Amino acid sequence: MAQSNNSIKKVLTVAFALCIVCSVIVSTAAVALRPMQQLNEELDRKTNILRVANLYEAGIDVETAFGEITPRVVDMRSGEYTDQFDPETFDHFQASRDPATGRTLSGERDIAGLSRVENFATVYLVGDPEDPEQIIVPIRGQGLWGLMRGYMSVEGDGNTIVGITYYEHSETPGLGAEVNNPRWQAQWQGKEIYADEESVQPAIRVARGSGSGEHQVDGLSGATLTSNGVTNMLQFWLSPEGFGEYLARFRSGIEPEDAQEADVEFEAEGA
Amino acid sequence: MSTVTPKGVVLTPIFKNNPIALQILGICSALAVTTSMSVSLVMTMAVIFVTAFSNLFVSLIRHHIPSAIRIIVQMTIIASLVIVVDQVLKAFAYEMSKQLSVFVGLIITNCIVMGRAEGFAMQNTPGLSFLDGIGNGLGYGMVLMFVGFVRELFGSGSVFGFTILQTVQDGGWYVPNGLLLLPPSAFFIIGLLIWVIRETHPEQVEENEFKMKHNTEPKEAV
Repeated sequence: MAQSNNSIKKVLTVAFALCIVCSVIVSTAAVALRPMQQLNEELDRKTNILRVANLYEAGIDVETAFGEITPRVVDMRSGEYTDQFDPETFDHFQASRDPATGRTLSGERDIAGLSRVENFATVYLVGDPEDPEQIIVPIRGQGLWGLMRGYMSVEGDGNTIVGITYYEHSETPGLGAEVNNPRWQAQWQGKEIYADEESVQPAIRVARGSGSGEHQVDGLSGATLTSNGVTNMLQFWLSPEGFGEYLARFRSGIEPEDAQEADVEFEAEGA
Repeated sequence: MSTVTPKGVVLTPIFKNNPIALQILGICSALAVTTSMSVSLVMTMAVIFVTAFSNLFVSLIRHHIPSAIRIIVQMTIIASLVIVVDQVLKAFAYEMSKQLSVFVGLIITNCIVMGRAEGFAMQNTPGLSFLDGIGNGLGYGMVLMFVGFVRELFGSGSVFGFTILQTVQDGGWYVPNGLLLLPPSAFFIIGLLIWVIRETHPEQVEENEFKMKHNTEPKEAV
């Protein structure tokens, strides 16, 4: 039996049959479960957005709660909304790689360690999209061990922080991973991003040790590099390189407008 | 393997012939996934499922597997099962699959699964092989749960996510041991566990294969 089992014909037959059976099983599982997986990913993203807006409680219906949130795509160079992309399908990773919609950061400008960044981003508006209660912006940057991705929620004045959360990071458990400790995150509420009305560079930072004043939060003990990473990514994303222009609209009281008018206004401002 | 009875194949791997404690297999994933008990539990169930069914399928076709390609045949079966488990977890336990991340996929490389397929399922009937897979999965899981219990209790002050020792970060009194949240701590715990098991089951102690020769003893300089 062992003899005939090792004939070339038998080897090929067994290998081929096994591959067919296994690939059918694997692809059936993948295809059949795909819709549920996408639903989960979507739900996870929405849960994180609700969490940063302090709208999340255990057991609520995420879809219903998400109903009062409107996603919009913002052109970060001008600070205006754009209809060039659909907020539901906009992929920031692809946008950052495409020369038409992204740019390379080098040296000193790349404080968050991103190397390439997109010019457009999806923001989430809580309440009336014309006059939002909260603006949720995506942030990302290098921590100690790798890229940290999260959201920051800002009140409608474009200056007061509601919350910060990270949905993906690889920081040291017990030290850097405390960025997701609710007690640390709670400190952010009510802090202010900018020092005064004119400044475009954010003043908000994670202090070494305990923070004081309205622009500082306590550092994470034993995780200086993670704390620096958080500071750097906020310094980047809230500056004119990131959402600075966009938030400036809210701070000055002129809400961002749609793209067509916006271009003209931007030209005028530049001149 | 003297105890090829249905009861024997399930129970021996749990204490007498534990895959981690005696055979020192599957250590890698035992280090990685034991920071909390719920993650360890899901990993345990995934491994039990994969070992049991890979044993079953390998055993079912064992008379048709050409010996020249038997390893890759076993590997294909194991890999397919692992992918199915990974997909199911992503669909039904998304939070959990995020925490387990790459380690579900790495069940493929878990020596226990491969070892049982090659060492047991190739020679035994499907029913027995299936039970043997469950037994070895349980043996692996027992160690995982024990390590997970120690690490979660003293590293995060909780068991299955329920707070037992209120940590300082949450306004309590307990200063958690940060080392226990890092993979190397599992080495110490598994080492201590092996010590305890071998003290109570002296027949597991291996013979010393490498005896120090006399001429390597330190001598004073002349």
